[in-house]
Amino acid sequence: MILVTIMLCVLICGSTGGEIAITYGMKSTGEPARLRPKELLVFLGRALRNGWFWAGVPLMALSFYSLLVLLSWKPITFVIPVSALSYVVGTLGAKYILGEDISTARWAGVVLVCAGVALVTAG
Amino acid sequence: MSSERRLRIKTLVMILCMVVCANVGDLMLKRGMTQIGAVQLSLSGLEHAFRLTVTSGTIWIGIFFLTGFMVSYMTVVSWADWSYVMPAGAFGYAVLTLLAVIFLHESVSPRRWVGVVLICVGVLLVGQTKPRTTETVAVKVNEAAA
Repeated sequence: MILVTIMLCVLICGSTGGEIAITYGMKSTGEPARLRPKELLVFLGRALRNGWFWAGVPLMALSFYSLLVLLSWKPITFVIPVSALSYVVGTLGAKYILGEDISTARWAGVVLVCAGVALVTAG
Repeated sequence: MSSERRLRIKTLVMILCMVVCANVGDLMLKRGMTQIGAVQLSLSGLEHAFRLTVTSGTIWIGIFFLTGFMVSYMTVVSWADWSYVMPAGAFGYAVLTLLAVIFLHESVSPRRWVGVVLICVGVLLVGQTKPRTTETVAVKVNEAAA
């Protein structure tokens, strides 16, 4: 059970950390001026040269690998609902790392989504 | 149109693109891999599966949509809060369940329906909040390039 808990932590922290790094990278890259193909290509070119994007990729790969390992140990109806906790951990990361302002309504929404995803994936 | 309203519409459109691309992409990969059949875990089996995968049109359509998901995700988080985009993207779970009932006539357990309702209410709650609560740190790409 200790190994499963450690792997769940790796899964949740890896995916959250990876997505936060990518989000930070995209914010420092700057939004495209307009949503047209040329501007989007310029934006993607700059995004792919951002170090934070490349820091996020191995973290997400680590999270994917830990998901595969967990799925080989435990049933999917356990692994995927528990991994829905990443919505809560992610929101904490958004507040304390990205400095986002999380209102009560947003917290309530995140908790409901987390519970909903757990129920839907549990079948 | 006020800039706040424009930002909200732009963000919701990109989240919709994310949800559609992710679900269509997953569906196409699933269909493509079903057409290819079970992969044998041997060197020749993997080689055979790789050849079938890279020549499968369905798999390429799936990759195209999943690339679309990644591009929409990277674009939307360049201006919107991650804590806004992340739960709103979970709307895909509810859409998938509805599509499974309507088109595949699958039976869905009451527990799953409760989950769908919770996701919808949660997404509505998050949708009411401001899409961006942080300062715009970045200059717009094309303005910076000019």
